[in-house]
Amino acid sequence: MPTIDFQGKQIELDEDGYLVNLGDWTPDLATHLATGDGMTLTESHWEVINFLRDYYAKYQIAPMIKILVKEIAKSMGPEKGNTKYLYELYPAGPAKQACRYAGLPKPTGCV
Amino acid sequence: MFCWGAKAKSLNAVGFPNARDWNPTEEDWKLPENWQEIFLEGMRERLSKYRSFRLFMDICVRCGACADKCHFFIGTGDPKNMPVLRAELLRSVYRRYFTKAGKMFGKLAGARDLDLKVLKELWYYAFQCTECRRCSVFCPYGIDTAEITIIVRELLNLLGLNIQWTMGPVADCYMKGNHLGIEPHTMVNIFETMCDDIETLTGIKITPSFNRKGAEILFVTPSGDFFADPGTYTCMGYLMLFHELGLDYTWSTYAAEGGNFGFFTSNEMAKRLNSKIYAEAKRLGVKWILGGECGHMWRVMNQYMDTWNGPADFLEVPKSPVTGTVFENARSTRMTHIIEFTADLIRHGKLKLDPRRNDHLKVTFHDSCNTSRAMGIFEEPRYVIKSVCNHFYEMPDGTTREQTFCCGSGSGFNAGENMELRLRGGLPRANAVKYVRDKYDVNMLANICAIDRAALTTSMNYWNPGMGVTGVHELVANALIMTGEKKRETNMRGDPLDMPVEEPEAEAGAAAPADKAAGGKANV
Repeated sequence: MPTIDFQGKQIELDEDGYLVNLGDWTPDLATHLATGDGMTLTESHWEVINFLRDYYAKYQIAPMIKILVKEIAKSMGPEKGNTKYLYELYPAGPAKQACRYAGLPKPTGCV
Repeated sequence: MFCWGAKAKSLNAVGFPNARDWNPTEEDWKLPENWQEIFLEGMRERLSKYRSFRLFMDICVRCGACADKCHFFIGTGDPKNMPVLRAELLRSVYRRYFTKAGKMFGKLAGARDLDLKVLKELWYYAFQCTECRRCSVFCPYGIDTAEITIIVRELLNLLGLNIQWTMGPVADCYMKGNHLGIEPHTMVNIFETMCDDIETLTGIKITPSFNRKGAEILFVTPSGDFFADPGTYTCMGYLMLFHELGLDYTWSTYAAEGGNFGFFTSNEMAKRLNSKIYAEAKRLGVKWILGGECGHMWRVMNQYMDTWNGPADFLEVPKSPVTGTVFENARSTRMTHIIEFTADLIRHGKLKLDPRRNDHLKVTFHDSCNTSRAMGIFEEPRYVIKSVCNHFYEMPDGTTREQTFCCGSGSGFNAGENMELRLRGGLPRANAVKYVRDKYDVNMLANICAIDRAALTTSMNYWNPGMGVTGVHELVANALIMTGEKKRETNMRGDPLDMPVEEPEAEAGAAAPADKAAGGKANV
């Protein structure tokens, strides 16, 4: 299993770069993972990451896209409440890329 | 082209052997020392237990009728993906250890030693077969190559050689009731969200029940339907239809999965996961079970469930409370496919439908491998689609019904790392879709399977950009005129409806073509 050395700590990642231990997550680590992809996390990115983490804490799974879109519409305005906006923020897909920065596991199954 | 190896935590969750983290790209697969012994003992046990397995090992004459029928062979050009040669990978081992000729003459008799290279090859190709069974349709001996793949995967499973995309969902389903690991309170939250959307669309508030004792019907569908688009629109379609009918039914958070990824690991695991459905039906005291749009779920229900976990004599033979139709074909399993249920409703004129609401769509239908080849469900989905849509076009003969092509990602292959194989395997189906797109401007690919909805979305984005993918009950929901609904401004996906402004009086069932039977299976 690949690991990265971050702030003096060995962080375990799975083959796709997701955190193995959710407890390893820190905001700095999210920034570090994004930087690795050549991305700078803006306030809009953080809005998504924070919601994902809150939802996960409550429901033990990443939210379905429908729920994420609704939440973003609520907090950022209806013009941003669509998947297009989320893909602009996270070109590799909000479910995959944003979940990885947020330290959430990726969903598997008929998805 | 492969999926990542199964993780220790998932293997441990269900007590599978040799649980450890491993990586298929590394030389060392961390196998037990006596792995050959385990594999061959497993093979011996299955040869004595399953007569079909021994038969399929013995009778192939390598005529090649199956060779070009496999979507993976067509898409990859790899000769070992000809079903005959894929099976040969195991047959050669069978000959070496279980036939006299192979024991005596070895290579001359087409036998080979089971070494690490052979094992790795078996693993690689066992996960390049989606168990779709198209090849078996063409085999003059009726050899079911899927059953050979199933056995190879069982044997690999004895050594902890599974893929995580299958094992993750198996562990989640075992621990939490569904493949995605959606917990009960999360499931309720998701349904509230979907019901909010339905209210926005129709003005009608729906409050489904969960784990309700005494309901007449237990409804079970793949969890992909209530997690991932476009499946969610189909799930909303179920909710709307059941509400309109006033159906006395309940969802379950325990049996919250119709699919069965256990079926892609071993028969025993499939049986364990499947047992939840009858157990829950018994606990809730329902009369019968209705199942959603899924593919492999129905192979399991139709061909295995009764033998594994039956008899379901505590249930009644499914009978539609709306039409009185008794679903004789479900006499033993006591579980009916929703497409049969809905076709029967339409046949009896029980639904008010306005197919013009689907006029923005030119629809074709992809037969799911399992509902077609394992169940013979051909007419019902077509009858339903033609009743709710005005524009329907068939893909060419040889690519539909029992000869349908796999979506390319069935049997637990939907992983991101496996994209090349999925797209290659999806090529034959995509090619047939391209044909109807070019010829008839088809823009929507309908199906009755949750893996299809996920897999075809990805495949179409690559091969036929702009092609939509939908479940049939999303189309039903678009057309369904609900009692007391407000004027629909959009379709299920929130896109504006492109249709005349005035709403004509719709008669019950007036939109249904009355000349077509709802299929031969329901006792109408």
